[in-house]
Formats: sequence, C-alpha cells, structure tokens
Amino acid sequence: MAEYKVETKNLNLFYGEFQALNNINFIAKENTVSAFIGPSGCGKSTLLRVFNRMNDLIDNVKMDGKAFIDGKNIYKKNVVVDELRKNVGMVFQKPNPFPKSIFENVAYGLRVNGVHDNKYITHVVESSLKKAALWDEVKDKLKKSAFELSGGQQQRLCIARTLAVEPSIVLMDEPASALDPMSTAKIEDLIYELKKNYTIIIVTHNMQQAGRVSDYTAFFYLGELVEYDETKTIFTNPKDVKTQNYITGRFG
Amino acid sequence: MVVAILFIILGFIVIRGFSVISWKFLTTMPEDGMTKGGILPAIVGTLSLVAGSMIFAFPIGVLSGIYINEYLTDSWLKRFMRNMTNNLAGVPSIVFGLFGMTLFVNTLKFGDSILAGSLTLGLMVLPVIIRTTEEALKSVDDSLRHGSYALGATKLQTIRRVVLPIAYPNIITGVILSISRVSGETAPILFTVAAYFLPKLPTSIFDQVMALPYHLYVLTTSGLNPEASRPMAYGTALVLIAIVLFVNLLANGLRRYFGKKVKMN
Repeated sequence: MAEYKVETKNLNLFYGEFQALNNINFIAKENTVSAFIGPSGCGKSTLLRVFNRMNDLIDNVKMDGKAFIDGKNIYKKNVVVDELRKNVGMVFQKPNPFPKSIFENVAYGLRVNGVHDNKYITHVVESSLKKAALWDEVKDKLKKSAFELSGGQQQRLCIARTLAVEPSIVLMDEPASALDPMSTAKIEDLIYELKKNYTIIIVTHNMQQAGRVSDYTAFFYLGELVEYDETKTIFTNPKDVKTQNYITGRFG
Repeated sequence: MVVAILFIILGFIVIRGFSVISWKFLTTMPEDGMTKGGILPAIVGTLSLVAGSMIFAFPIGVLSGIYINEYLTDSWLKRFMRNMTNNLAGVPSIVFGLFGMTLFVNTLKFGDSILAGSLTLGLMVLPVIIRTTEEALKSVDDSLRHGSYALGATKLQTIRRVVLPIAYPNIITGVILSISRVSGETAPILFTVAAYFLPKLPTSIFDQVMALPYHLYVLTTSGLNPEASRPMAYGTALVLIAIVLFVNLLANGLRRYFGKKVKMN
C-alpha cells in the first residue's frame, strides 16, 4: 500500500521554451481534498493535467521528474493511458456534456470501457446521478438532451459522468467558476460528500471556496509550489510571505 | 441582383423547356436523329456517374479529412496537405478530363466507360469532400474531445462516438453539393465516358453512357437537325437544373434538420 495516493517528485514541465512547472514535490493522501490556489497562469491546471496525462494531448510539452498514483509511476512506457484516465477522472471548468441524452452522457464512460450489460449500465447511471446530487432533478427526463439542463446541472452531469467509471481520484479544474452562486454551493456540498470515497484535487481561484471544501491547500506562484499545508494553517498562519500576500489579496 | 439573375436564367429555361417535359421525355430513348423521343439514357447515365463517383470519392474523402484533422499534429505536413487539397480543387475540370482519359481510359485500359468517368469525376470532387469534412470536424469543439479522453476513451472511440455524429450533417452537405457538381460537369466526361448517341441503357461499368450535360451540348449543336432538336435541348437543361436545384434544396433541408437535432452548446 503506497504511502500517498498521489505524489510528484522533482517535476518540471515545459511548454516549448517556457517552464510551466518548476521542481514540484507534491503529495496527497487518500480520501482528502487538496486545493490548488494561486494567481492565473502559475501552473495549477498544468499540474492537475499531469495526473491524468491530459498534457499528452498538447504539442510541444516536455516533462521530467516523476509522478506517482498509488505508488506507481504513471509516465512509464508500459502504462495504458486509457486505464489511467478511468482511475483518475476530470471535471472541466466549463461544463462539456456531449450532445447526447442525459442517460447516454453518464453511460458514455461505461460504454467506451467495454461495458455492454444494459441492466448494469442503467443501474450505474442511476447511482452516479444520485452521487452527483442530480438524480431527483433528471430522473423523469433521462432521454432528454443534456443541453436542456442549466449550467449548474450540466456540471453535476459531468461529475456524474466522471463518477460512473469508478475512479479513485477526481481532478476538478475550477469546477464552479462558470456557475452561479447557488450551483456553486451545491457543487461544494457535493465535494464535501465525495471526499468520503474519493481523493479530490481541486484548482480554484476562489479562496473562500478553498477554505470551505479542502483539507490541504497548495499555493502556487510562477510555476513553483510555494507552500503546502493543512488548509487551516495556510489561511491563518502561512509561512511564506508570498502566500500571505496572496491570501490577503495583495495580488491576484 | 444575384437572385434576379438566377430567376432570369431559370425562367428562360423553364419557359422554353417546359413544353417538352413529359413522361415520355423522361423515360424513352431519343428518336429520329434526336428531334423526338426522350432523354432516358442521359438521365440514367448521369445517375450512374453520380453513384460511381460517390462510391469512390465519399469514403476516401471523408477518411482523408478525418486523418488530416484528427491524426496529423499541427506541422508542415498538415499545412502541406491542406495546400495540396486546395490546389487540386482549383484544377480546371477539362484538365481532369484529359488526365482521366490518359490514366483511366488509355493507360489502365478501362476505355470510355462509367468506370473511367466515375473515377475522373470522383477525383474532381475529392478535394471538396476532403475540405468540407475537415471544416466539419474543425467546428467540433475540442472540449468535447477532451471530455471523452478524460473518461478513458481512445482517439478512435472519440471520433466515432462524439466527433463524427456532430460533424456528420455538414459532411453530408458537402457530399450532396459534390453530387450536384458531378451531375453538371461536361468537360471531365467528354473524353472518358460520354457517348454522343447511345440509345440503350448501360449493362456494366465498362459501358459508355450518355450524360445530361453532354447531351445538352449535343442537342444544341449537332445531330441531324439542331433547330428541331432545340426544344429538347431546353428540356434537357430543365431536367439538369431541376436535379441540381433539388439536390441543393435537399442539402439545405438536411443541414437545418440535423442542426436542430444536434444542438451545439
């Protein structure tokens, strides 16, 4: 049993000549919520994408150092990326449901991973929508297009879709930034619930949100992991002056 | 102004050709030195060329478009292929005709045939299909692809299950517009398949056929009595325009229907 659920060691990442991540050493324990905070463009989302290898889709990316999930190096040659992404799910900033029905959106992950048993699929769709706190709102219109849902509902649909393939880690890239306050509150409650069964890493620009939902907070600045500690400590007693300045709004 | 010109041309053809249109016109062979009878072999010929060219151009064109847009990373190769496709699209149709004659009719010894004609016409519209496929795929937002990959789907699965269904209506539109081009082009079929006078229906792909655009030319300028054939020429023009217009209307209708079905966010 690995000591940490997620870990990086001396991770550097370059977009062409530009160094986006500088010597990142990060750990996350199982069933915790870690928040990445920091000003725009300082590497938070880039690091998030390291964990499900979505940076592979971008041209001209070079990386050295190591990244581990459950103690295993996920960038080794023999790693099957599709399997990795089943285990490490991702929710994007702007809800991106497929132009399919609500049911088929949630079922999609199951189908592409080889599940054909329709009874099982129906069962998983229902339980995933329940886990995402969306079931009651959509149970009578599963065949309707996902686009008929509101923004907040669509995002919860994307969360349900992610949960359906039974990941152990869920990455969230500013999941509520495109949503209204009511939906944001619902999503935050959801994250708090999900923590019991999943390890969550969330990128957020909203410091209050980080304070509300996370156990640990990592502050990033210009590609470096400046400070990483329990959320309580970061927000009440940060050790680095840069952290202090960011928290108090001296720069954003 | 453009609409006015369109209506003038249409009106012209309709008025002069309408009298000739009849069931007999559409379903019988030309008779009497082409001053009487019908244009059935030309209609059948054109339809078989449409089918033949699409059988060739559709799979190759769509697959090429998918390959260029989804599999080639942004590199000189992608730009090169796009340039080449555009250049091919700009080649005059008579050059295609000459090329087709040299390659298919003579070198490959297909002779003047539906096969040679279909391949030549197919080549002519291939860049159009490639381009519309590419555009259709490009219009699918990347966020949807990423959402699919993040769930563990492969590239092929993502293309098949997410990207293509969205792009499909626009691809089909491109195909349908290619059909209307193939129906109306004369030059590529001149030396590869078109028959001056062949009052029987084709039985194999190695047969020659008559075709509507060429038949129009023939009726207007040659035959035993061009003046007497003139009304039939107008009738032929009317049939040809009707096919092209119908196909374009179909394209628009399909585009609107699918646009409602697949609402993009």
